[in-house]
Amino acid sequence: MTWETVIGLEVHVQLATNSKLFSGSSTNFGAEPNTQASLYDLAMPGTLPVMNEEVLRMAVSFGLAVDAEIGKRSVFDRKNYFYPDLPKGYQISQLDFPTVGRGSLKIQLEDGSEKVIAITRAHIEEDAGKSLHEDFQGMSGIDLNRAGTPLLEIVSDPDLRNAKEAVAYLKKLHSIILYLGISDGNMAQGSMRCDANVSIRKKGDTEFGTRTEIKNVNSFRFVEKAINYEVQRQIELLEDGGRVVQETRLYDSDKDETRSMRSKEVANDYRYFPEPDLLPVVIDDAFIDAVRATLPELPGARCQRFIKQYGLSEYDADVLVSSRDMAEYFEAVVELCGDAKLSANWVSADLLGLLNKQDLTISESPISPQALGILISRIKDNTISGKIAKTVFEALSEGEADVDAIIEARGLKQVTDTGAIEKLVEDVIAANPDQVAQYRGGKEAVFGFFVGQAMKLSKGKANPAQLNELLRKKLSA
Amino acid sequence: MALNNTDVEKIAHLARLQISESDTLEVAQRISNILTMIDQMQNVDTSQVTPMAHPFDASQRLRPDVVTETDQRDYFQKLAPATQDGLYLVPKVIE
Amino acid sequence: MLSKTVAELAIALANKDVSSVELTQAYLDRIAQLNPTLNAYVTTTPDQALAQAAAADALRAAGKAGPLTGIPIAHKDIFCTRDVLTACGSRMLANFTAPYDACVVERLQAAGAVMLGKTNMDEFAMGSSNETSHFGPVQNPWDQTRVPGGSSGGSAAAVAADLCAMATGTDTGGSIRQPASFCGITGLKPTYGRVSRWGMIAFASSLDQAGPLSKSAEDAALMMNVIAGADARDSTCLDIPAEDFTAQLNQPLTGLRIGLPREHFSDGLSTQVQEILQLAISKLESLGATFRDIDLPNNHLSVPAYYVIAPAEASANLSRFDGARFGYRCENPVNLEDMYKRSRGEGFGDEVKRRIMVGTYALSAGYYDAYYKKAQKIRRLIKEDFDTAFHDVDLILGPTSPHTAFKLGEKNSDPVTMYLEDIYTIAVNLAGLPGISLPAGLLNGLPIGMQLVGPALSESRLLNVAHQFQLHTDWHTQRPEV
Repeated sequence: MTWETVIGLEVHVQLATNSKLFSGSSTNFGAEPNTQASLYDLAMPGTLPVMNEEVLRMAVSFGLAVDAEIGKRSVFDRKNYFYPDLPKGYQISQLDFPTVGRGSLKIQLEDGSEKVIAITRAHIEEDAGKSLHEDFQGMSGIDLNRAGTPLLEIVSDPDLRNAKEAVAYLKKLHSIILYLGISDGNMAQGSMRCDANVSIRKKGDTEFGTRTEIKNVNSFRFVEKAINYEVQRQIELLEDGGRVVQETRLYDSDKDETRSMRSKEVANDYRYFPEPDLLPVVIDDAFIDAVRATLPELPGARCQRFIKQYGLSEYDADVLVSSRDMAEYFEAVVELCGDAKLSANWVSADLLGLLNKQDLTISESPISPQALGILISRIKDNTISGKIAKTVFEALSEGEADVDAIIEARGLKQVTDTGAIEKLVEDVIAANPDQVAQYRGGKEAVFGFFVGQAMKLSKGKANPAQLNELLRKKLSA
Repeated sequence: MALNNTDVEKIAHLARLQISESDTLEVAQRISNILTMIDQMQNVDTSQVTPMAHPFDASQRLRPDVVTETDQRDYFQKLAPATQDGLYLVPKVIE
Repeated sequence: MLSKTVAELAIALANKDVSSVELTQAYLDRIAQLNPTLNAYVTTTPDQALAQAAAADALRAAGKAGPLTGIPIAHKDIFCTRDVLTACGSRMLANFTAPYDACVVERLQAAGAVMLGKTNMDEFAMGSSNETSHFGPVQNPWDQTRVPGGSSGGSAAAVAADLCAMATGTDTGGSIRQPASFCGITGLKPTYGRVSRWGMIAFASSLDQAGPLSKSAEDAALMMNVIAGADARDSTCLDIPAEDFTAQLNQPLTGLRIGLPREHFSDGLSTQVQEILQLAISKLESLGATFRDIDLPNNHLSVPAYYVIAPAEASANLSRFDGARFGYRCENPVNLEDMYKRSRGEGFGDEVKRRIMVGTYALSAGYYDAYYKKAQKIRRLIKEDFDTAFHDVDLILGPTSPHTAFKLGEKNSDPVTMYLEDIYTIAVNLAGLPGISLPAGLLNGLPIGMQLVGPALSESRLLNVAHQFQLHTDWHTQRPEV
C-alpha cells in the first residue's frame, strides 16, 4: 500500500516588540520571574487591554511579505479556558476576522523544483505564561513574564506532503520573519514554535485521513523527526487494521517519539466571543502603503538582484540570501573590496565553514564584514596571495581584528620586488641542476616543481605571477 | 429551554464552579426559568440584522510600543494566596 | 450643613463658613451614627479622609481650590482604591486591597475631593436591590424595611441619608438610575465611553459605565467635569475633548421636544406613578418643552437580550477570580481543578454563579447562535429604535422604575422577577446612551424617579433639563427622616 502524508503547520511567532501586546510590560527574555508582569498581565480586577500599534504593523508586514489579503477590519475575540498560565481565564485572539488572511509561500524542493504552499491565515494573539513543575512542596510555580507577549499564529493549508517539505516551509517562514525583523526566530527560546497537523491517506484518495496534532516542536530537526515518527506510527496503525484517533500529541525528543497528551483530551469548549474591551482594528490603505514602504527587500527579490547585479550563480545567490544577516554581510564585504565573486566564495565557503564549525550565527561571527572586505582587498592589490589570505583569515577567526596589522606583524606581505624574486629564482635554479636539465630537455611538467621550491623558499610570499614569469624567463635562458 | 442536572454539571464544569449535588436541581430550575424569559427573543426574525458587539461603530485606539511598566512584584504578590521565589504557587499542573 | 448640595458646600467652603476638615468630621460622625443600621458603607477611611481634608484646606488657603476641593464623597466599592479594601460586594475579594487607583478615583482625588469610604453594592454589581452583597443588604433611608435599589445601593443610600455629599456609582443595566429613583436622588449614567473604566471592576464590559449619584443635577455636572474624558488606559473610552457640563445648565427649555414611549406608559405602570409623571410632564411643558408619543417597539426584548449579553461578558470577566494570584482561595485544595471549583464556588454568591452559568451556557458550543448572536442582533434592533426616535425628539422621558422601593426580601424568590425591575433602564445600556434619573414625586412617602434619555453624548442637555426641572420643583430637596 502506498500512503500519502498530509501536513499542515501552525507556527507561533513571538513578535519582537519592546512591550507586550496589551500592556506596557517589557518582553525581554530571561528576567526574574514575574518582574515583567504588570497589573494587566496579572489580570488584576479593573484592568483593561490597550493594543500595541507595533504589533499591528508587524502583522501587516508579514501579510504583505506572503502576498496575503490584509484584514481591513480585524476583530479580537476571547478564547475561554482555565489554566494557571492564563491569568484572565481567556486568551485574546482573533477568530473570524484575523489581521492577515489568505496568502502563500514558495518553497524549493530537494529536486530543485518549486512548490507553492497556501497560508490560510495569520492572527494576532497573546502568549501564555509558564508553569514550572519543579517541586514546590508538591505545587507548581507560575511565572507570568511571558504572559501577554504578542504572537502571530501562522496557519498553513494542508499542502505539505512530507517532513522535508514541512521543514523547507518552516525555514522559508523563518527567513522571512528574520528579514522583516518581526521576531528573533529563536526556536530554542520559544520565539518560534510549531504545531504540526499530520494525517495519512491512500495515494489517490481525495478525502483527508484523521489527523493528529503534534504540539510545540522546538527545532527544525525535531519537526522533521516528529513528523516522520508520527507518519510511521499512523501507517503501522492503519496497516494493522487500527484507526487514528484525533488527538493532541507531544513530541519527546529524548525518546524520538510522539505520545498522547491525555490531560488535554477532554473536549474543550472555548466559548469564543468578541472581546468587548477592544473595538475592531480598522486599517486603511494609507496604513498598508506605509507599512509596504518600510518592507525590506525579501529573499526572492534579493536573490534575483544578486544574480543580476553581481553576476553570481543561482546557487551562490541562494545561499547568500538565506538569511538577511548573511545577505547584508555579503553586501558589506562587496562594498569594501569591490569583487563580488571573491566575496561570495569567501562568505559562502570559508566564513560559513568557520561558523558551522563553531556553531555560530552570522551575527555572532568573530570576523567582521569590514575585516573580510579588507582581507579580500589585500588579495586584489597583491599585498598578499590567496593562499596567505587563509592564514590571515585564521588569525582573524582567533580574535585579531586588524588585517594589515596581522600581515605586517607576521611578515606575510607578498614579495613583489623583482630583484628579490630574481634572486630566489636564481637560487632555485642553482640548487637543482638535474631538474633544470630535465626542463630544458622538454619536460615541461617540472615547471611546477620550481614554482613550489621558490614559494617554499619565500615562505609563500612571492607574488605568483611575477615568480612564474621570471622562472620561465630564466629557465629558457 | 429547560436544563437538566447533567446540563448544569457540564456548565458548572466549564465555568469551574462547585455546585453541590443537593443544589443542582434548584440551580437547574432557576436557570431554566431565566432561559424561558430569554427565549422571548426567539420569536423575532433577525435574519437580516447584523449582530452588534459594541454600542458604537468606532475603531480601536492603539498605543505606541513603549515599555511603561516597572517591576512591582513584591507589592503585587502581597495579595497572593501563595508564592515562592517570586512565583505564584498553585496545585500541581499536570501536563 | 450635611444635606447641602455640592454646589452649596463649595460656597460654604469658599466663604470659610466651614473647613473641609470640619465637614469631613461631621460626615464621619454621621456615618458612625447611622451606618451600623443603614449598612451603606462597607469600608470607611477616616484617617485618610481627614488627611485629604486637611490637604484640601491647605490648598484652599493657598488659593488653589477648585469646585470639588474639600468635598467629602464616597466611592462604590467596585472602584479600585490603592491599599484600601476593594471587595466589590463579594467574599471573593473580601481580603483584596487594590494595588492601584481607578481612573475615576484618581481624577476625583486630583480634583481635591475627600474620600470618606467605599459603599456597599450588589456582588459584582449583579442585582437590583443590593441584597446580593456579601456584606449584607443596605436599608433604604426612606423606609428601613425597604431596599435602596441596586447595584449602587450603598452609594444611593449614603447620598440620600447625608452620609456623603455625593457618590460614584456604576450602571450596567440601571445600577445608578434605579437606586437613585428608590432613594430620591439624582443619578446619571453617561454615554458608554464617556468615563474611563480603568480600575472599575468589570461586570459586562460593553455595558458598564461609571457616573455620579448626587443631590442635584448641578452636582452631577460638577462630578462629570472631573471624571469624564479620554483615558489612554481604556481603549473604549471616547477620545473627545473635555466638556464643561455646567455650561448649558441654565439654557431655557423652549423648543425642547420630548418623546414619551408608549411602551413605558402601558399596562406595567401603575396609575399613581403615571399621575406623578404627568405632573412632571406638565411642569416641563410650562418651561417650554413639547411632548409627543413615540414607539420603542423592541423595548420588551431588552431584558432578554441583556440577560444573555451581560452574563456572557461576565462569565469571561469573572474567570480571573481563580484563587491563584489574589482574592479568595479555598482551604487545602487537593488539586488544580479543586482549587478552581471550590474557590469560585465558595467565593461567589448564588446570583453571581447563576449569571456566570447563564453566560457560559449562552456561549457554549451549539447555543452561541441561538443565544449570544441572537441577543447581539436584538441589541441592534433596540439601538435602531432609539435612532429612529431621536429623529423626531431631542430626549425621551419615562419612569425609571415601575414602582417605589420594594421590601427587603420581597423579590428574592425568583431571579426573573428581579430582572424585570430594570425594564425601563436596560435598553439604554444596550444602546450605549446617556440617561438620568431624578426625583419626580413621592408616593406613599417614597420617592419616584423619572428617567430622561438622550442621544449619545447629550449629557449636557440631560443635565440642563434636569437642572431646570429642579429649579422649579423641590422633590430633589426632600430628605428622609433617618
